[in-house]
Amino acid sequence: MRMSGARMVLECLKREGVDTIFGLPGGAVLPIYDVLYDFEGLRHILVRQEAAAGHAAEGYSRTTGKIGVCLVTSGPAATNLVTALQDAMMDSIPIVAFTGQVPTHLIGNDAFQEADNVGITRPCTKHNFLVKDGKDIGPIIREAFHIASTGRPGPVHIDLPKDVLVKDAELIWPERVHMRSYNPTYEGHPGQIKRAAKSIVHAQRPVFYVGGGVISADAHAELRELTELTQVPLTQTLMGLGAFPMAHPLSLDMLGMHGAYYANMAVHHSDCLVAIGARFDDRVTGKVDMFAPHAEIIHIDVDPSSISKNIKVDVPIVGDCRRVLAKLLEAVREELKKEPPAEVREGRRKWAQQIAEWKRDFPFRYDWNDDVIKPQYVIQELSNLTHGDAFIVTGVGQHQMWAAQYYKFTHPRRWCTSGGLGTMGYGLPTAMGVQAAHPGKLVVNIDGDGSFQMNSQEMATCFAENLPVKTIIINNSGHGMVRQWQRIIYKERYCAIDLPGIPDWVKLAEAYGCVGLRVTKPSEVVPALEKMLATPAPVILDVCVDKDECVFPMVPAGGANTDMILAPPSREVKEKAAKSQTGF
Amino acid sequence: MSNGNGASEPRMHTISVLVENKFGVLSRVAGLFSARGYNIESLSVGETLDPAVSRMTLVVTGDEFIIEQVMKQLHKLIDVIKVSDLTDDRHVERELVLIRVNAEPQHRAEILRTGDIFRARVVDVTPISFILEATGDQEKIDAFIELLRPMGIQEIVRTGKVAIARGPKTKAARKLEQPKRPRQVDDPRVVGFAD
Repeated sequence: MRMSGARMVLECLKREGVDTIFGLPGGAVLPIYDVLYDFEGLRHILVRQEAAAGHAAEGYSRTTGKIGVCLVTSGPAATNLVTALQDAMMDSIPIVAFTGQVPTHLIGNDAFQEADNVGITRPCTKHNFLVKDGKDIGPIIREAFHIASTGRPGPVHIDLPKDVLVKDAELIWPERVHMRSYNPTYEGHPGQIKRAAKSIVHAQRPVFYVGGGVISADAHAELRELTELTQVPLTQTLMGLGAFPMAHPLSLDMLGMHGAYYANMAVHHSDCLVAIGARFDDRVTGKVDMFAPHAEIIHIDVDPSSISKNIKVDVPIVGDCRRVLAKLLEAVREELKKEPPAEVREGRRKWAQQIAEWKRDFPFRYDWNDDVIKPQYVIQELSNLTHGDAFIVTGVGQHQMWAAQYYKFTHPRRWCTSGGLGTMGYGLPTAMGVQAAHPGKLVVNIDGDGSFQMNSQEMATCFAENLPVKTIIINNSGHGMVRQWQRIIYKERYCAIDLPGIPDWVKLAEAYGCVGLRVTKPSEVVPALEKMLATPAPVILDVCVDKDECVFPMVPAGGANTDMILAPPSREVKEKAAKSQTGF
Repeated sequence: MSNGNGASEPRMHTISVLVENKFGVLSRVAGLFSARGYNIESLSVGETLDPAVSRMTLVVTGDEFIIEQVMKQLHKLIDVIKVSDLTDDRHVERELVLIRVNAEPQHRAEILRTGDIFRARVVDVTPISFILEATGDQEKIDAFIELLRPMGIQEIVRTGKVAIARGPKTKAARKLEQPKRPRQVDDPRVVGFAD
């Protein structure tokens, strides 16, 4: 079948099962938009800035398990998209991004809106392609979707010169993708799985440490079965939240820099740490020498380069989390046929008791105040009102950590946050992508006043495309997380953190044709949340909170997880913190 | 790496990489090193028997953790077909050097004698200079340069190292490099010395 390159792109997307694309047109991709004019079966959502198209594709992908697709033009559009690509790269989110490019004969000529797109995106994508011939479009799109979604997922970028889009070519659609240079390992090594099963069953102080890989692999059912069978306590990373129900008695909530005291203590004292689809990020480990120093470390990951990258692993298992966990479950069952020795049972009993004590004595906590709204309270109430089952998206900063601590997820694929890159402004556009994938479902963007302003223009997209995202702005009139660090580590030398109460969020919401609400007193919070949830339109709920509130617990950067600061800093804590030479 | 895992002493490794002969592959490999702060001592690239496949020979210095990461990261690149560390296997390594050396009348014979000892060839002659070509492992080339230095070296051009495993190839490895065109007779000039 002969057709223009532009039509071929859309035809191939349809064949890949794509139903929604997020994009913004421009000169180099006009041929595609011309075909899109009367192309059936693809919904195009017009964003206001290109990074938003990338983030929306991420949100679509993370909550559906399908591949998110975005389409922008050349030059500045491609460079705007880079942040979203790197974000997807760090968090292993499968998206396919198309950019326009100047015609092939002008490449390298410093043409209008030209940038070296593939040169720029090379380090921030799993793979990228420059299409030089129309007949390559089909095979390249097939490979791109294959690469994005298999192995360790990630973003793939395809650069499309304008002349390739205009010219006719034969559509080539390979039924199967075979690449001799790309064959991810899915099945874990049986010997290693057996070794791991033995270690888990015979450990006295085991802990499961679970990351986003479990969600990418849809391994939550196997994970729950294994956890309940072995009765091993389980902690989740920021990216892993929802992989295991957080209200479950074996759940230790999140670990790491702002994780639960009991999670970090359990990992520190464990004798067998099983990392599943997690990558020992520095925000999780703190000081690496002091991370789980007594534990035998078992690491299940589809990406061999994650293994022994930061922490030396004793039992590496390269493979797909779901398949490995299924095999591990069998091996553990086999191992459990013989009853473990008495000292192991006694050790496990003491371990469970110790963990229960930590959970009882050091829960996430904040001080209630009748006059000022505590941000944690807002998220706690949202979690109660939505039964832990809403789609939650966040920006980056204090509100993100509070959302991770206080929203009690019951299901996987309900949580989108920028974990690796920490992209402020991620919230609203990502929430749009989630809403586009789940019409009629509740999508809440928990954002900060600093973070939200980095992409607040997307309120226009929410209005125009009928995406009724609910945004809660945890408004502390400043860059709260930076303020917290300056308060605790930089001796209260506050610098460049004030965002003095502008814009007026209610008016801004109204200016975008949306609904704006504001609360300033704790007693108003629940009624306002209820009103927000009942409003069919996009909403901004401006919650004016205590600006001195800090995220605790906290491990100062570079510190060991046992050096957690649990409460607002007293003089001595401040002095101790000031001595450690740390920064972001 | 600061993980206190008792990392071994850094040393030089020779890593051989088979890659798809595609646009941008070299910058993917080079970019990997710069992005992760690893140093490449030398890199050479050339076609294999299959023109769709290129071989890169990399010389990298690092302790075993760094080398393990280098190997894994290289393998993670989509266009990389195979990565092998030749350092501890039996292998032959060679580099080639072109040296432009001052050739005053009183030194001409000495230069030619030294060249003979190192089995170098004279590839260009003028009344006041020679250009010599030599191949060998790094030590031999270094020694040759040191001996010519007193005569006044004007310029040196060195290739990166290329390396090949000794002995016959395994079936599996041979399959990857299956020739798509008739095998050409090896040019004796590029085969190198039999030492």
